[in-house]
Amino acid sequence: MASLATWGNELYTGKRSYPFTGKRKTWFVIAAVLVLLSILVPVVKGGFNLGIEFRGGSEFTISKVEHVDIAVGEQAVVDIAPDHHPRVTNIAPNTMRVQTDKLTDDQTLAAADALANAYGVTKAEVTSTFVGPTWGADVSKQALIGLVVFVVLVALLMAIYFRTWKMSLAAIIGLLSVVVITAGIYALSGFEVTPSAIIGFLTILSYSLYDTVVVFDKIRENTAGFTEQHKRSFEELVNLGINQTLVRSINTSVVAVLPVASILFIGSYLLGAGTLKDLSLALFIGIIVGTLATIFTQAPLYSWLRHNDADVLAHNKRIEQGRLANA
Amino acid sequence: MSSTGPIKQARKSLLWLGVIFLISAAILITGVLSGKAAWSPKLALDLEGGTQMILAPRVQGGAAATQEQLDQAVEIIRQRVDGTGVSEAEITTQSGRNVVVSMPGVPDARTRELIQASANMEFRPVILAGPFTAVPEADRLPKADLPKPTAKPENASDTNWIDAKLYKAFEAYDCPSELGQGAEETHDPAKPMISCDPDVGAKYILGPVEVPGADISDASFGMSRGQQGAVTGQWGVNIEFNAAGKKSFAEVTQRLVTLQGSQNQFAIVLDGTVISAPTTNSVIPDGRAEITGNFTEQSAKALADQLKFGALPISFEIQSEQQISATLGADQLRSGLIAGLIGLLLVAIYSIFQYRLLGLVTIVSLLVSGLLTYLALVLLGWSMNYRLSLAGVAGLIVSIGLIADSFIVYFERIRDELRDGRPLPSAVEIGWKRAKRTILAAKAVNILAAVVLYIVAVGNVRGFAFTLGLTAVVDIIVVYLLTHPILQIISKTKFFGEGHRFSGLDPSLLGVVPLYQGAGKIRSFSTEAEAARGKKNAKAASEAERRQTIAERRKAAVGTAAPKKHDERADKDSSNG
Repeated sequence: MASLATWGNELYTGKRSYPFTGKRKTWFVIAAVLVLLSILVPVVKGGFNLGIEFRGGSEFTISKVEHVDIAVGEQAVVDIAPDHHPRVTNIAPNTMRVQTDKLTDDQTLAAADALANAYGVTKAEVTSTFVGPTWGADVSKQALIGLVVFVVLVALLMAIYFRTWKMSLAAIIGLLSVVVITAGIYALSGFEVTPSAIIGFLTILSYSLYDTVVVFDKIRENTAGFTEQHKRSFEELVNLGINQTLVRSINTSVVAVLPVASILFIGSYLLGAGTLKDLSLALFIGIIVGTLATIFTQAPLYSWLRHNDADVLAHNKRIEQGRLANA
Repeated sequence: MSSTGPIKQARKSLLWLGVIFLISAAILITGVLSGKAAWSPKLALDLEGGTQMILAPRVQGGAAATQEQLDQAVEIIRQRVDGTGVSEAEITTQSGRNVVVSMPGVPDARTRELIQASANMEFRPVILAGPFTAVPEADRLPKADLPKPTAKPENASDTNWIDAKLYKAFEAYDCPSELGQGAEETHDPAKPMISCDPDVGAKYILGPVEVPGADISDASFGMSRGQQGAVTGQWGVNIEFNAAGKKSFAEVTQRLVTLQGSQNQFAIVLDGTVISAPTTNSVIPDGRAEITGNFTEQSAKALADQLKFGALPISFEIQSEQQISATLGADQLRSGLIAGLIGLLLVAIYSIFQYRLLGLVTIVSLLVSGLLTYLALVLLGWSMNYRLSLAGVAGLIVSIGLIADSFIVYFERIRDELRDGRPLPSAVEIGWKRAKRTILAAKAVNILAAVVLYIVAVGNVRGFAFTLGLTAVVDIIVVYLLTHPILQIISKTKFFGEGHRFSGLDPSLLGVVPLYQGAGKIRSFSTEAEAARGKKNAKAASEAERRQTIAERRKAAVGTAAPKKHDERADKDSSNG
């Protein structure tokens, strides 16, 4: 603690300072490249690895199996639906998952029975999921509506709270980059995109902005009435705010990411795939990217959005004169 | 005053928290003792095992289903499912667009069909009425007396529809047991059928369908009017037919009005069961029929709704269906809980590592948040039938971090104030004043996200959004009524106030040269602190001055001019907080 607190102290006084706003061009280029890559990755990989909820089809999960022989499960499904190509995987200790194309109602019931026999369990141990082909599209459409509604409302909320639309704009642009980059990394991981993952993405919006609000609040405080002093330029004040909240940003994101990591690594080890795994992966990436975005893009972007404002320009000039006079 | 103010305030806040607790706990205990509530939150099917179907309505003609139609559809599905003897089935609409059917166990093929089928409404004339229950064997007609059709039936009301076989079936038909078996298999619209009217307690042989339900254009209910147009004081149900319905209904009434006895009645059949069998008093040529009788406002509304629904048959398409084994459900719950506990432990360890004993405040606050959330979930499960799903559990786990974040924002603010050279009690008050703004704004973003997600989302997104929003509210309660009061109180203790090495608020670690040797000995303000520091280290002083924000600078200026005022200000802040 001693070292981190001292470090925090030095950041607070300005004794130690990282050039977040000063090197903003570098950060913006990195962010832009990451966004581009994130768009390219799914394209190169031929789209996202869509889960059964988006493709439509049937899925069976068999718990407490006696053996994990894949061929047995495949045979059981093929016996019932000869022209289907089931995908059988051992997703967790003693748990098998079988995915097929869309089966009819009767076939679904029969397949559940056959799989129970094949793996030596009772029918009560078989979980079956049938997803119609339009369900996934429905979920995505609603998620998209949710995204748009949320972004509009939150942009308004922030513009009112911070009393400047430029902070709101910077936050939203950064936010969108976070979502894109997270989606890109998610695609890279090859995890299935399921409705749970979509929940994760939507939650990132909330978390990422939470972090941004905390940092922007400090920046707002630092820059309130900045024209009344002549020691620091507007940009330097913004940078000071980022540095001063750095320890806070690190602590809050570590604390936020710990439970998520716990779901991701422990939950998925115990359970294999499922709601928890996809959700937590999306969140895990999103929280980290979101914290970095606040520091490297959103706050510097705000300072850049303001750099041509009359008051900032005039103030910069005076500071320059002051510094020249001192030199 | 400066020493009693915040403490008094803190005690008051803690008292409030206690009151909230006691009230919720008392409600819960009463509920449990009276057998209406349970100690544990209700679990959704993915944790408990069972079947969940998400159905999308398909309206004939491709129009979108209105909320009203959807509500009616839910009502009908509920009746059908209840009819099959499946208990505890839950049927709800979601986001005004889907119907979610949840039931324990695995439904058989028939139940599944029933759920999907569209409601079938038709108008049939009554040919023969009989008692509700089966006729005792002894009283049944001897074989020789059974009716024999003498000619081909002329119209739908013709008794020639009744042959020996149909009559025998009619006598043996036992409505209570037949209705208990759930909705009927489909009936041929061109043939007669046997049906029961549970409201009146009668069974009928009905002729072939004369007007299909789709010919109803609208239905409403209201006070019925007499022939002079005066309100009769009776409730009535009005049906309007479209052109085709108008024509066929006119023909039906023309015939029925001349017939006697039960043949004068026509039956409105929904899913094989008679929902009303009014008598025909006059010919209805204009397609506007009114049914009067012993209606209450409620029963009139119910019938009008049923008619309206029959006017637009909705069938359902299964969007997703999940049959979750109880084992997998229990596994999921267990893994979720383990992951949550480990997450909590990691956060606790990190808090202690970062904030030493102050980390304990985080842990206590988290535990209290957990307790409040638990109470809320159980009470919501009881009052609103809220069920915790796996996504909801995930929301709870994620919220551990989000809740702890508020404490960190607050603690770091206090540290900032300490770095300014403030003594702990006033650092707590001023830090709080600033931190609470930030926390409220940040939590507003969280809650907004949760509300938007809850409203627009489908499927299990809602369970997640719900717990996320709930915990954000709990977080605000806890940080106001627990975390802040605790800090107010411990800031007066020697251990924290003097910044013990393990308190997490050691001024020397925060880069502040201690200016006071004990609580209350020296109360210095930031300007003085800087001046003092400046003597020791000119560079640090200029650094410190430079990093001061404008707001602080102004405050400092006021402080030097009238130090007393500053002190009062801090106290005033605390009493507002």
